[in-house]
This record gives sequence, structure tokens and C-alpha cells, in this order.
Amino acid sequence: METAATRNRKDNAKPAKLGREVQARLGQQLRAMYDDVVNQGVPDRFAELLNRLDGNGKDKH
Amino acid sequence: MPMDESVRKAVLGAVPSLRAFAISLCGNVDRADDLVQETMLRALANIDSFQPGTNMSAWLFTILRNHFRSEYRKRRREVEDGEGHYADTLKSQPEQHGHVEFREFREALTQLPADQREALILVGASGFSYEEAAHICECAVGTIKSRVNRARTRLAEILSIDNAGEFGPDEQTRAVLAGGGE
Repeated sequence: METAATRNRKDNAKPAKLGREVQARLGQQLRAMYDDVVNQGVPDRFAELLNRLDGNGKDKH
Repeated sequence: MPMDESVRKAVLGAVPSLRAFAISLCGNVDRADDLVQETMLRALANIDSFQPGTNMSAWLFTILRNHFRSEYRKRRREVEDGEGHYADTLKSQPEQHGHVEFREFREALTQLPADQREALILVGASGFSYEEAAHICECAVGTIKSRVNRARTRLAEILSIDNAGEFGPDEQTRAVLAGGGE
């Protein structure tokens, strides 16, 4: 059938559109996973690194 | 070199999300932290090329992404099976990736092509606009949109989420299954 063939071609060219609810759930999981790391804040090594870099050029007494 | 206070603040402030991005990209906390450290060093060494008034966070993400890409290519040459090795790393060290509850999701993420993974994370988690993500990944806005769409579709398949909004067995059921199974 022509309509079915057309539909098939379309399906091959583009992934099926996800429902809003599925998208929302995926987004939620993704952000939860990401924020889990964000909420760990700044580990000491990075603050120390900046302090070291910052101190390098400063006059030392 | 003495550092401008605003630069210091902006760089430090970006660290948590840079880490989250890096862990999502490489799947390993230690390696991610090395990536972030290298990003900071490069950013501060090239701070003159940063245009004040533009998005510092996007600039840092670009540096991290480029560094990851070149590292990844190097490693790929060293390790025979690039993606496979990456997936194995994830499986063998779940405790390294934060809470166990995200393990399944992280594993699903590893099954995506790198282009799709980074696009999805930048737009869906880091909160960048399609335009900003396109800038970071050095590609067209339309390309980012289609990568994000494909990534979502593939993730939904891997995680077996259907339109009823089910996520497979819920956490409790899974815990019961895991506890009583063997």
C-alpha cells in the first residue's frame, strides 16, 4: 500500500517521536544523575590547585 | 600568576558541573577529575583568549570537551575496543560513579554514540540552549537537535520506557528481586 510505504520511509528517516511523558522521565533521570555529582560541590583538590596557581605569581615576603 | 577574583570565582563555580559533564563523558570519576584539572590549567593559561561578557561556563565546557576528544582518540588507539572498554570500566567499578541508583541509567548512556551522549547531556542536564551546545560541539544547531532526539529515542529503547511511562520494575521490586534471586 502506498500509505504504508510512505510511512515506512518516514520511520526510517526519523526516529519515532517519543511521548511527552517518556521525555519527561528521561529528562528527570538524566538531571538526577547529573545533579548527584553537582551536589558534591568543589572537591578540595580544585580549590587547592587554584590557590597554588594564584600564589605562584604573588610577591613572597 | 595572580588571578582576577571574578575569574577565580567563575572557574571554581563551574567545577561542579564540569565534573558532572566529565563523568558523564568518560564514566570514571578519577579520570573525570583529571579532565577537569587539565581544563582549569588550560583555561587559566589562555584566559586572555576568553572574551569578557561571554559565557565563561560554555567556554570551559568547550575546553573540557576538546581535551576529552583528543584524549579519547589517543586512548582509542591504545586500547583496541574503545567503547567496549569504556562500558566494562563502568560495570566493574560501580562504586566509582556515585550512587548505585543511577548505574542503570549510566550504563544506558554508555551505549549511545559519543556525539549523541554529549549533546543530550549538554542540553538535557547542563542546561545549555541548543545554540550554546552547538557552539560547544562545533556543529550546526540542527545537528544538535537531531542528536538529542536520537539519543532520547535510543535511551528509551534501552531502558524500556514505553508511552505508559513505565520504567521497568520499580526500585522496590528490583530490590526484592535482587535480594531473593540467588
